[in-house]
Amino acid sequence: MIEVRNARKSYGETVVVDDVSITVPAGGVISLIGANGAGKSTLLSIISRLLPAPAGTVMVEGMDVTTTPGDVLARRLSILRQDNQMTARLTVRDLIAFGRYPHSKGRPTVEDRGHVERVIRYLELEAVAHRFLDELSGGQRQRAFIAMVLCQDTRYILLDEPLNNLDVKHAVAMMKLFRRTADAFGKTIILVLHDINFASCYSDRIVAMRDGRIAFEGPPEEIITPAVIREVYGVEAAIQEIDGKRVALYFR
Amino acid sequence: MKGLVLAAAGVTALAAASLFVGVSDVTVGALLGGMSDEATQVMLVSRIPRTLALLLAGSGMAVSGLILQMLARNRFVEPSTAGTAESAVFGMLMVTLLAPGTPMLGRMLVAGACALAGTALFLGILRRMPLRSPLVVPLVGIMLGAVITASTEFVAYRFDMMQSVRAWETGDFSGVLRGRYELLWIGAALTAVAYAAADRFTVAGLGEDFTTNLGLNHRRVVSLGLVIVSLVTAAVIATCGMIPFLGLVVPNLVSLTRGDNMRRSLPWVALSGAGLVLACDIAGRLVIRPYEIPIGTTMGIVGSAIFLYLLLRKNAHAG
Repeated sequence: MIEVRNARKSYGETVVVDDVSITVPAGGVISLIGANGAGKSTLLSIISRLLPAPAGTVMVEGMDVTTTPGDVLARRLSILRQDNQMTARLTVRDLIAFGRYPHSKGRPTVEDRGHVERVIRYLELEAVAHRFLDELSGGQRQRAFIAMVLCQDTRYILLDEPLNNLDVKHAVAMMKLFRRTADAFGKTIILVLHDINFASCYSDRIVAMRDGRIAFEGPPEEIITPAVIREVYGVEAAIQEIDGKRVALYFR
Repeated sequence: MKGLVLAAAGVTALAAASLFVGVSDVTVGALLGGMSDEATQVMLVSRIPRTLALLLAGSGMAVSGLILQMLARNRFVEPSTAGTAESAVFGMLMVTLLAPGTPMLGRMLVAGACALAGTALFLGILRRMPLRSPLVVPLVGIMLGAVITASTEFVAYRFDMMQSVRAWETGDFSGVLRGRYELLWIGAALTAVAYAAADRFTVAGLGEDFTTNLGLNHRRVVSLGLVIVSLVTAAVIATCGMIPFLGLVVPNLVSLTRGDNMRRSLPWVALSGAGLVLACDIAGRLVIRPYEIPIGTTMGIVGSAIFLYLLLRKNAHAG
């Protein structure tokens, strides 16, 4: 369980996360949606201790993220931010293997190597595993980063816009993989998503943010409604139900 | 692994050549025959120390460049484009002026402390810079270095110390004798520490967020790296003076073929650094014999040529 209590963060005069309290129960896929600048990424960074919040507390399974030793937390929670610029030239396999660092401390065991190869297979990166990251396409690189985080094998996985740079085929495959990982291994996966239809079709819960606050929270059937989408994004959307999944049409 | 053995063999061959190149004639025959005491003396007092100094300084500076590039996450930094070398020279000048009786080790430590402060200042400036274009980063370092050098030279000019400053700024191994290079072993020990911590530096090279996510304290990794880089640079400057371009071109060349997983690339960087310095020094001893060209000059020519190649080659990925 992740418990956020009264988290606040501002840049100068602008409050980006405004007194947010939220409890995320363990297990399942949770999507964080909202307009640009709503505070989704900042909240994710605060939860994962990448960004210190001047006020509020974040507890992951009872551990305060600001005081728990980094390596203990790294075996419990992993985070991937968006826009990862890389100057170091690593091969895909090396990068993914570094996901095992919290467990192996640089001395990989047979089990660690097994993890690496399995993740490479899951993300269909076999063909490029030996290539350097700067020789890959944006989508391949994004999948390699996600692979590294999955290889970390933590109970909580936080991903900021993981579908960035992915084509439709890979985006769907990625969401299916998250779904499977959550269902089969009991992981808690928190995603920042821009595509509300992906959020609708694959999440157990959706958290909608607006102006640094949590505006709505609930299962997809409660969140993917014309009223909520109007409130959160300020656009009119028609909701269709297709094969039991709610899909928002907002292309008008 | 096979390649590494070959590279080591190449460096060994260069080191052997370095033992037998110089003004006085030293041959294997003379040494083995025990005929010439003079040859043995030259070997023990000058040639072996010089060759060892080249090996240690070359590998140390190249590895320092690699560590700095990982910490600053920029391909164009090295001790002389990050304020490190200039601060070390400043420290050498200050300790020579204020406490002239200080032994070599003490001087080196003062220079190392100054180098540490200068490099930390450089990284501090980078942290506060909103836009980190890959090309601006070394420019900032060069400007910082120029400011520090200006103060160094102002003081040196006032106290008639310009000659010493020039000696620290320009690498030259001709003065290396037994008893005057041993500080460089500290550099070798620190290079070994860097190898032990190679994974941490690679992780730091992925960026602060990745480092934190993987459970490492980014600040601590950076501090360890800065201490290594500063002390190695100070040891090199105190014994033989600054070797330009080395820390810049060697890690870049190795990165092209071997990548940046430091566990794997560091041995290559150390060997190539030692090899390049040996080759440049031997060339400097040969071109205008019986005189010598200091390594600061030969390395400047070779290093800048390699650097231009790196910049201009096709598909160059900046930064």
